Amino acid sequence: MRSLKLTYMILIYLFLYLPVVVLIVFSFNDSQYSSLWHGFSWTWYQQLWQDTILLNAAKNTIILGVTASSLATLIGTLSAAALFYFHFKGKKLLQGLLLVMILSPDIIWGTSLLLFFSLTHVPLGFTSLVIAHITFCLPFVIVTLYSRLIDTDKHIIEAAKDLGASDAQLFLRILIPLLKPALIASWLISFTLSADDIVISFFVSGPSFQILPLAIYSSIRAGVTPELNALCTLMFALTLVIVLPAAALLRKRSVLGELL
Amino acid sequence: MRNDRFFKLFSISLLSLWLVIFALIPLLSTLGLSFLSVDDNHFFKWPLTLANYGQVLDPLFLHIISRSLYMSIFTTLICLLLAYPFAYILAQLPAGVKPFLLCLMIIPFWTSSIIRIYAIMALIKTRGILNTVLLHVGIIHQPLHLLFTQYAVFIGLVYNLLPYMILPIYTNIDKLDKRLIDAARDLGANRLTIFLKILLPITLPGILAGVILVFLPTMTLFFIPDLLGGAQSMLLGNLINVQMLTLRNWPLGCATSMVLTCLMFVFLGLQHYIQQHSSSTGKQAAGQR
Repeated sequence: MRSLKLTYMILIYLFLYLPVVVLIVFSFNDSQYSSLWHGFSWTWYQQLWQDTILLNAAKNTIILGVTASSLATLIGTLSAAALFYFHFKGKKLLQGLLLVMILSPDIIWGTSLLLFFSLTHVPLGFTSLVIAHITFCLPFVIVTLYSRLIDTDKHIIEAAKDLGASDAQLFLRILIPLLKPALIASWLISFTLSADDIVISFFVSGPSFQILPLAIYSSIRAGVTPELNALCTLMFALTLVIVLPAAALLRKRSVLGELL
Repeated sequence: MRNDRFFKLFSISLLSLWLVIFALIPLLSTLGLSFLSVDDNHFFKWPLTLANYGQVLDPLFLHIISRSLYMSIFTTLICLLLAYPFAYILAQLPAGVKPFLLCLMIIPFWTSSIIRIYAIMALIKTRGILNTVLLHVGIIHQPLHLLFTQYAVFIGLVYNLLPYMILPIYTNIDKLDKRLIDAARDLGANRLTIFLKILLPITLPGILAGVILVFLPTMTLFFIPDLLGGAQSMLLGNLINVQMLTLRNWPLGCATSMVLTCLMFVFLGLQHYIQQHSSSTGKQAAGQR
């Protein structure tokens, strides 16, 4: 029974890791088509370095990701504070809307926002992408920060209020430092969501602003080249370096798990 | 005091305006457009009509929708069957190794989903590594033609969504009071009874959460069948994509989106119902000890 369990675990991990490992190993293979090992080579990395389309798309993805996740975290922080501290008309409606936003399939967002941008004559490109990405990151930011606010000590806020702090002072001097870990997590979650999104961006992006997931998508459709292996290896390494300490994804999933 | 009111007003109106303008209005205009008809020069034309929904219920579309449902249900089932034993074994392990193994499971998912699909393609293509190894070892004598079939789509979907099933189930099993199982065993219950009477009712909320997290995205990840599948494997997401961007029939695309939204609400309602129902049986199971 014990060895059966062990075998099962190993098989699942093999299934999870085999594709990624194969991809990384073959990014160093000195052959274009063969799936046999032809010796070590940097060829595909050199070729990638000269691919201006992919590099430009990568740059755009970082610009978009940083802009969208920073703004989403900013708006999300104010929103979470408003939802937590204030009572106002329509609060229940907004909370319900946030839940629907988290659960709605991506494609609904894609079509709805495309429709909205067309009706309001917003050109498809950077602006439309930033708005779309902020919108689908916002509920996750709010949920993360809100659950952190519930855990904070209410007496700190009351003490500050007794000592005469204004709401803006409370926000800047108490809330922000208190929420710092959750703020970092929110930013990383947003960046991951933004950099990974295909379905929504597919609908609201335009030719003026190419982003990496869509550039990879169209180049895979054109045919598989080891250059993509190199790119994927680099991205994998980069995400490991950035996300490993934060373990942001784990937090996001568990937050979602609690929500359901 | 003025300062205070400004902050309150600012934060509340920022949130409300953003959500109303960029979430509520787009969603409502999708709903609205689904009742109008397509026009070559403008997006739509009046009057209100139910024709789009009639078209969605057309046998051709129903065929695609039912195929899509079949693929989503099958993917969800495979994920559940793979994830449950994994989550169970993981939860039984010593507390020291659990976070490490959990982290190890999630690391491949830090890459973007398009990269994972590309990795699957490289693995299973006709002259890919899988066929090379299998031919070399002698398990098969002809290369398997997996890529561009329905099987490839299943592999891609399961590969992309498995953690969404594992995590909620694991959270549930991990919280379970192990003494319940010991007590049942002492009282002479066999493995099947323990599973059906204790494990299943208590972990049902986790299973449901996992099913929703896998089932809903499965229908909409149009790029997976597009890259891995053949002409036969279309998901609801592919259908909406074609209607919106290729055929430019936005009212029809919106109507199909609304069908998907309705499916989502049906599922959430179902989940809510089962959760209410199971929490009482779960309490019963716990109360019997």
